[in-house]
Amino acid sequence: MPEKSVYSANAHLSPIVVTSNVRVEEAAPLVRLSLRGGEAAASHAGASIGAPLPLEPLTSTMADKAAAFWLGPDEWQIAIQEGDATAVFERVETAMADTPHSLVDVSERNRALIISGPKAAWLLNSQIFLDFDEAVFPVGMVTRTLFGKADIMLWRQSEDIFVLEAWRSFMPYVIELLQEASRELEAA
Amino acid sequence: MTQDFRTSAGGRIDRSSPVDFTFDGKAYRGFAGDTLASALLANGIHLVGRSYKYHRPRGIITAGSEEPNALVGIAREKGQNTPNLRAPQVEIYQGLNAESQNRYPSLSFDVGAVNDLLSPLFVAGFYYKTFMWPRSFWQKVYEPFIRSAAGLGKAPTDPDKDRYANHYAHCDVLVIGSGPAGLAAATAAAQSGARVILCDEQSELGGSLLHDRTSAVDGKPAVDWAADAIRALSENDKVTLLPRTTGFGYYAQNFVALAERVTDHLANPDPRLPRERLWQVRAKEVVIATGAIERPLVFPENDRPGVMMAEAGRIYLNRYGAMAGKRVVIATACDTAYRTAVDLKAAGVDVAVIADLRPDPAGVHVDAARSAGIRIEGACVVTGTKGRLRVKSARLGRIRPDGSVTAMGEEACDSLLMSGGWTPNVSLYSQSRGKVAWDEDAGAYLPGASVQHERSAGSCHGVFGLQAVLEDGYAAGENAARAVTSAAKRPKVPAVTGGEEGAGGTLGALPHDRDPARVRAFIDFQNDVTAKDVKLAVREGFHSIEHIKRYTTTGMATDQGRLSNMNALSVASKTLEKPIPQVGLTTFRQPYTPVTFGTFATTARGEAFDPVRRTPMHDWAVEKGAEFEDVSLWKRAWYFPKPGESMHDAVARECATVRESVGIFDATTLGKIEVVGPDAAEFLNRVYTNPFLKLGVGRLRYGIMLNEAGFIMDDGVVGRIAEERFHVTTTTGGAPRVLAHLEDYLQTEWPDLNVWLTSTTEQWAVIAVQGPKARDVIAPLVEGIDLSTESMPHMSVREGKICGVPTRLFRMSFTGEAGYEINVPASRGREVWDAVWNNVEAVGGAPYGTETMHVLRAEKGYIIVGQETDGTVVPDDVGMDWAVGKKKADFIGMRSLARPDIVVAGRKQLVGVLTNDPKVILEEGAQVTAEASPALKTPALGYVTSSYYSSALGRSMALAMIADGRGRMGDTLYVSTAEGAVAVEIVSPVFYDAEGGKQVA
Amino acid sequence: MLLITCPYCGVERPEIEFRYAGEAHIARPAEPSKLTDEEWAEYLYMRTNPKGLLAERWRHAHGCGRFFNAIRDTVSDRFVTIYKMGEAKPDLERLVVEAAQ
Ligand SMILES: [Zn+2]
Repeated sequence: MPEKSVYSANAHLSPIVVTSNVRVEEAAPLVRLSLRGGEAAASHAGASIGAPLPLEPLTSTMADKAAAFWLGPDEWQIAIQEGDATAVFERVETAMADTPHSLVDVSERNRALIISGPKAAWLLNSQIFLDFDEAVFPVGMVTRTLFGKADIMLWRQSEDIFVLEAWRSFMPYVIELLQEASRELEAA
Repeated sequence: MTQDFRTSAGGRIDRSSPVDFTFDGKAYRGFAGDTLASALLANGIHLVGRSYKYHRPRGIITAGSEEPNALVGIAREKGQNTPNLRAPQVEIYQGLNAESQNRYPSLSFDVGAVNDLLSPLFVAGFYYKTFMWPRSFWQKVYEPFIRSAAGLGKAPTDPDKDRYANHYAHCDVLVIGSGPAGLAAATAAAQSGARVILCDEQSELGGSLLHDRTSAVDGKPAVDWAADAIRALSENDKVTLLPRTTGFGYYAQNFVALAERVTDHLANPDPRLPRERLWQVRAKEVVIATGAIERPLVFPENDRPGVMMAEAGRIYLNRYGAMAGKRVVIATACDTAYRTAVDLKAAGVDVAVIADLRPDPAGVHVDAARSAGIRIEGACVVTGTKGRLRVKSARLGRIRPDGSVTAMGEEACDSLLMSGGWTPNVSLYSQSRGKVAWDEDAGAYLPGASVQHERSAGSCHGVFGLQAVLEDGYAAGENAARAVTSAAKRPKVPAVTGGEEGAGGTLGALPHDRDPARVRAFIDFQNDVTAKDVKLAVREGFHSIEHIKRYTTTGMATDQGRLSNMNALSVASKTLEKPIPQVGLTTFRQPYTPVTFGTFATTARGEAFDPVRRTPMHDWAVEKGAEFEDVSLWKRAWYFPKPGESMHDAVARECATVRESVGIFDATTLGKIEVVGPDAAEFLNRVYTNPFLKLGVGRLRYGIMLNEAGFIMDDGVVGRIAEERFHVTTTTGGAPRVLAHLEDYLQTEWPDLNVWLTSTTEQWAVIAVQGPKARDVIAPLVEGIDLSTESMPHMSVREGKICGVPTRLFRMSFTGEAGYEINVPASRGREVWDAVWNNVEAVGGAPYGTETMHVLRAEKGYIIVGQETDGTVVPDDVGMDWAVGKKKADFIGMRSLARPDIVVAGRKQLVGVLTNDPKVILEEGAQVTAEASPALKTPALGYVTSSYYSSALGRSMALAMIADGRGRMGDTLYVSTAEGAVAVEIVSPVFYDAEGGKQVA
Repeated sequence: MLLITCPYCGVERPEIEFRYAGEAHIARPAEPSKLTDEEWAEYLYMRTNPKGLLAERWRHAHGCGRFFNAIRDTVSDRFVTIYKMGEAKPDLERLVVEAAQ
């Protein structure tokens, strides 16, 4: 495991859900790059961020304060905890200069939630139809899917920690439904 | 009120916890663990409802969800009534208020009962016969009559205040039903290591084991064995136990919907709990263990309160300590009723007689009754009952060898318990699309081949007797587990004493010695369908069981006929003189029992029905008092009324401000796609009508996108950011559609192109600043970009900074004025907006909304896709042939522009429309005609697409699509309005600054 | 809710993650302008609409975003086989024979 996950709770915001067995927190801002292209581009990009880009479907790779997610056969999302999106963009773009590809800064497009605790999977299953049994959805798995009616990206960072990303305007919907589903945990 | 019919001891109720409740306003007392039905019975109450059609008094018949009569409405507060709850499923709690249904003014005196006297009018098909003619009577006479007289229960009047939850779950083995077969199956599957969900519609798991007083399993009383098995399951963390949870829908690929009732049984539910939860389960294997349902006997007056199923009598006695009566007659064709007799007798109830249809009843259960000293009459049939609101006596008859019946006299009783044998409950198997097969030996329809990964266990597929049912359940659980895991273990099946299979059963109407014209024997209690009705339907030509069902309404009760179907089928079969399998069985459909709308909706209501998308500047608009409109999922500021302003005032002021000074507009919702790669220009050249290969870096181009049929599907401005990078904008609503359209061509037609698409709609906040003072307003905030027209002309894009924030600055106009669209990273949108607004405000500018944007663009004759276009419009129709690259070899939709129907004369074309009276604002969608009062059936020439008041023109204006419109300039045509046709002049669609000098200034 | 296997993700997902995209193997003509009106209409509008096996396009719209092809039985609503874009269309007659066995 890398020393520090690319996702950390945004210390400036209070948690969205806190119960004895699940927490939902907004992640701190980070740099997100959408990479489209072939494996050659992916290999150059991986070298530039210190984490080889995953080539197996629905898998992820992690480096210190960075992660790369397989989203499609020619599509990856790179996440880096670093202040300056432009600088990161230039670094990765330069590394792929001679290879056809598309690199787009989408740092601001998504917001991320960190859902953690023994009831994290249960909470997500209120709106996500995936099977979170570890044999089916192991640690490190990442996928796009639906949360209710919102498109999301979901990554299992560890057994009990999930990261959910959605386009920013969909996030209030996701948060409202997570809060709604968590209310009964407080009662129980 | 005393509980006169409560046993002195026993049952699963908590006698130390009394529970007070009301039924029809009258106070009663029961115990914790009682259902409403058991508590009423303990208080001596059988009369609980009136029947649907004849309003006949009706009593509790069953102890399960198939209950046809004891339907109640329960409202925790006014306006929140839940109707049609089945009393045997309603758990009482302190303060429960239940109301009976279908009666007025009271249960014991009901004016609708006059229908019973008029019953000859209400025969089979009475709905069809009575309410058919004259047609004009339907709305005013028949429908109100039916609505007031009929209908089960009262719908709630207020929006549902309860919350409903949803949960998706996966398992290896889903077991539906927790009686002996289900418990055994779940145990076997769990012991094999499978992930198991076990659900049961009852409040407590265990099914028939909970009222089995005489059997032993593994040397333990059956009920104790069940408790141990449930405890073992509950300690297994791969097992989920769901009591109060009905498996109501079996769908494709083992997708099964369950409805869990979470709080209905609680006196003071925690408001944080949902009332119900919808479980959407995907199971690798399903075990259906839904048991069998005891059939009523069809004899005259079999619907009198006090007449009940024999097994229900045993359930109420053993599980709830409630006696059906103090002197009971048992009518049966099946051994299992003898178990009821024995248990009742042991509890001190006077069992007057067991009237058995069979001439020589025999077997272990019969012997037990005999040795308990209970009188048994063979070849004996009930031929009627007496009593007004409760049975007082049963009329018995002797069945002669020739089938005729002679009267035996009357037997006084306060309850009559009946058993016609058992019908395997094949509802869920049928829902799984399996075809039931008639089993002659069992005298029942049984599940045939499995269509999905499911198997039935226990009496729902014709296996009876506790030992056999347990063995069957274990085998089903083991086999289900074996199908999903190699580690399946062969479980040890415990040995059973007692609980032997009860033989016997009958179908259809019983013989009697009464006048057939004067008596009624009910088949479907809830819908008041008698044996006579079914016979009549057959005589009238309804020979298919599906037709008979719909004509008589038999089997259309809340239990879908689980109680009544086989008797109806038997009567139809005998009348048709066809064997039962040739008559067929109606299909069972989802849901198994009624499910509340809230459970289907779950959380998708109110704000959470759909995602509501808001821009980073939304709150600013709220603070400024904006009205909003919905555009796809987005909330867009519509207009910004100042205090006292009407919408018309506000829009006129906003328009004038933009034209004369400057306006600020939130354009964030526009779709944005980053098109990147060596072949980006080539790709755009193929998907837009316009040429894109030679668009310079830093330049913008307005583009039109067609579908392959040649029709306009979207438009937008495209900026070339770099040689291989384009910033494409789409309409707000069209963004997902356009991206899917482009991906389609890229992935499937031109996979050789090195170009990729990334949605950046939400990466950017977009601030439009439009008007003569636009440049002055933003200039002080911009760094690194020369804003002079010479350096940055109309339709160009530059990268730089604004307020220190990186920006893609577009110089473009959708208003006809000079203007900019400032793209900044979304999280910085609000701060940049605030800074720009400061400057806008300082020069007397204003924010404007989508309405003003629409007016301003209409003054310029700019189309809005979806308003001027409707999916059948090509560029030339809207005067945009100029945007079509004539020298291009191909683009999507190009070939279609040469289709005969596209090049033909007479197509509708975009024109401007000015009413002769400048104050008249036409309605959008209004028809345009050549004459003021055209003859009927004259086709319209076209229709108005956009219509506004224009402050720039000082009058109304409109756009319209009119046949050969460009050839009609200056013509007078007519437009229909609510006040009649008005004369209009056809003009150019460009009303304002036709030379276009303003936007390039 | 049907389960559909995405050949790119290699997993089975509920139908709601996917979008139907019409009949498969109808290639866009290389030079549409050379087609007669009848030929163009044939390409634009004419589809086989069989009762039985149909080659059709689906997109894993809420997943990896890829279009792929599938053979589905329009009678039973069962997916017989699923394959990536660019792979050859299976022999439907052979699939019918196999299904019968
Ligand atoms: Zn996929």
